[in-house]
Amino acid sequence: MQPVATTFFFYFLSGLTLLSGVVVITRKNPVHSALALIFGLLAQAGLYLMLYAPFVAGVQIILYAGGIMVLFLFVIMLVNLERSQKEEQFNKQWLIGLLAAIALGALFIIVYVKGKSFFPVGMPQPIESNNTQEIGVMLYGQYMFAFEIASLLLLVAIIGAVVMAKKRI
Amino acid sequence: MAPIGTVHYLVVAAALFILGVIGVLTRRNVVIILMSIELILNAVNLNLVAFSRIWGLHGQVFAIFVITDAAAEAAVGLGILIAFFRNKETVNVDEIDLLKW
Amino acid sequence: MLDYITSYLGSNTTPGQAGNVFWALVYIMVVFGGISVAVMAMNWLERKALAHFQIRLGPMRVGPHGLLQPIADAIKLMTKEDIIPSEADKFVFWIAPLIILCASFAVYIVIPFGPTHAITDLNIGILFMLGVSSLSVLGVVMAGWASNSHYPLIGALRSSAQMVSYEVAMGMAVVSAILMTSLHGLGPYGVGVGTSGTGTLSMIGIVQAQYEQHVWFLFKFFPLGFIAFGIFAIAMVAETNRAPFDLPEAESELTAGFHTEYSGLRWSLFMLGEYAAMIAVSSIAVTLWLGGWYRPFPNTLIGDTWDLVFSLFPGFTLLALAAIAFVGVMRMPKHPYFRVQTIGLAGFGVVLGLIGLILFAPPVRDRIQDIFWFVAKVAGFMYLYIWYRATFPRYRFDQLMKVGWKVLLPIGIGVLILTAILGVVL
Repeated sequence: MQPVATTFFFYFLSGLTLLSGVVVITRKNPVHSALALIFGLLAQAGLYLMLYAPFVAGVQIILYAGGIMVLFLFVIMLVNLERSQKEEQFNKQWLIGLLAAIALGALFIIVYVKGKSFFPVGMPQPIESNNTQEIGVMLYGQYMFAFEIASLLLLVAIIGAVVMAKKRI
Repeated sequence: MAPIGTVHYLVVAAALFILGVIGVLTRRNVVIILMSIELILNAVNLNLVAFSRIWGLHGQVFAIFVITDAAAEAAVGLGILIAFFRNKETVNVDEIDLLKW
Repeated sequence: MLDYITSYLGSNTTPGQAGNVFWALVYIMVVFGGISVAVMAMNWLERKALAHFQIRLGPMRVGPHGLLQPIADAIKLMTKEDIIPSEADKFVFWIAPLIILCASFAVYIVIPFGPTHAITDLNIGILFMLGVSSLSVLGVVMAGWASNSHYPLIGALRSSAQMVSYEVAMGMAVVSAILMTSLHGLGPYGVGVGTSGTGTLSMIGIVQAQYEQHVWFLFKFFPLGFIAFGIFAIAMVAETNRAPFDLPEAESELTAGFHTEYSGLRWSLFMLGEYAAMIAVSSIAVTLWLGGWYRPFPNTLIGDTWDLVFSLFPGFTLLALAAIAFVGVMRMPKHPYFRVQTIGLAGFGVVLGLIGLILFAPPVRDRIQDIFWFVAKVAGFMYLYIWYRATFPRYRFDQLMKVGWKVLLPIGIGVLILTAILGVVL
């Protein structure tokens, strides 16, 4: 199947992602930031689809947009104070933080200029019909140990979150 | 326009990373800082998946692990926030200074 | 141009896979229109069926036997005043029903009404379905939050906690059904011979796997398929906030839960999203366990005569509905006030009969088979939803969460493990 209008979708989706990133870091109301982050995550799932990674796109929608953001919205509802939205939003070191980020950006630009020619211009079109099967084979074969450790990590996180958020231990 | 290559995706990921770093360094609200950390993790994921298109499926497997870890970290971070919020009714990082002398 | 349009017909892939944007748009329009009509019919059927369960008549006045009641409801809702609570977050208040609606309708992209009658056949179909239907939780949370009132907030928190809990159990049941797709063979229970196939996540692939294994996944590894189907059936009722799991929107408990503050057309968007989600998850259940679009016994009762017998079912179903309409006409009171209703019902019966007769014609008969059997199975599920609502008392919220986490999830994991073991061993 030939991809359709790759250029338009790339610019549209990446513009949506970056716009949502800007909205996340500049809103006073954390609910608006969370909403913008949801749109950004969905746009990023679209970018993954364009990169012929359908399984990662599906996992992103289920886990990130449907799981982590629900968690964020719950906690925002629990800790949201009207007072905090009327206070100062940016902390005292905002100028130094911005300068540090700009320095990092300059570093990225230097890397881009020097390394741009390293990559081929077009990209190969991998087959995506057995992407899930291959990821499954790799996850349960080569990366089995990491898989088990990740499940243990999730168990620890669950227990830790429950213990920390309880009223009395 | 040139056909979309790997470099385009890397530039988007770098821009997203910088936005996340700005969010972490300049905001006072803890929840928004945690959301900026999610932006940083997403930028890294985009990088991994963009490279996996030319260099094999290892990048996508790593991206799945990163998403899993982001879930665990968000859960623990928000748990800490709730536990702290019970002590002192604030969500600003400037005011979480109980150990300062 | 005409060649381009007709070149798709007769192809054996879905329009999305063939890259045919025009036909994909046509399918999208047809599915969208079909779902909207189905939601209105479902609204009417729910009120009539609930009423008959409770030995009363239900809406009778608006059209003949209340057939025009959904239209009257729609007009009423559209002309109501649109109230937004003061101090409510206007943008989030506006966007919450849209998120629920988009999440519910986006599932229809992958639902197969036939071997080529899906909008597209993503090769991660089931994953997409699970992910998109979990986005409706976000809409619920935002609707409750933006209303700036305590009843909606508690209702939204309860509703979203319930939806998230039952999503996990639903995922376990779905994964055990996907495991069964990787067994190709014709031994007993459809396994055994040449079990080296790879499974598939695509919806059309799942139905084809059921056809190749000569067994509906409902009956596979009996009773494991049945238990997995039972878990999914219970979880899907809880996922769509329907009785008996409808504490978050029950009137006697929480006024109306997360959509208390929504009035008029905004509330109708919630209702549309809820019914669309019901039909969507029922379609998923039909695809995964009940054999999708295949007629009963597609492998054992083969041959031209059996094909003919089963292809007469659509026509007979519609003729039976027309006959019921004519019986209703006979029983209408012979008073001049009822003349318009009698003529209306008779006209409706005539239209149904004509459609039934058209469905007997051979060229239509062969093509309508798949869609008819799929819709018939989903309609059965819709009737089950209404039956549950009329019959079961409501679960209290802590009982609801207990069932979700302590009963369904362990049973789901157990079914998954046993299915995996049996799939390898057998």
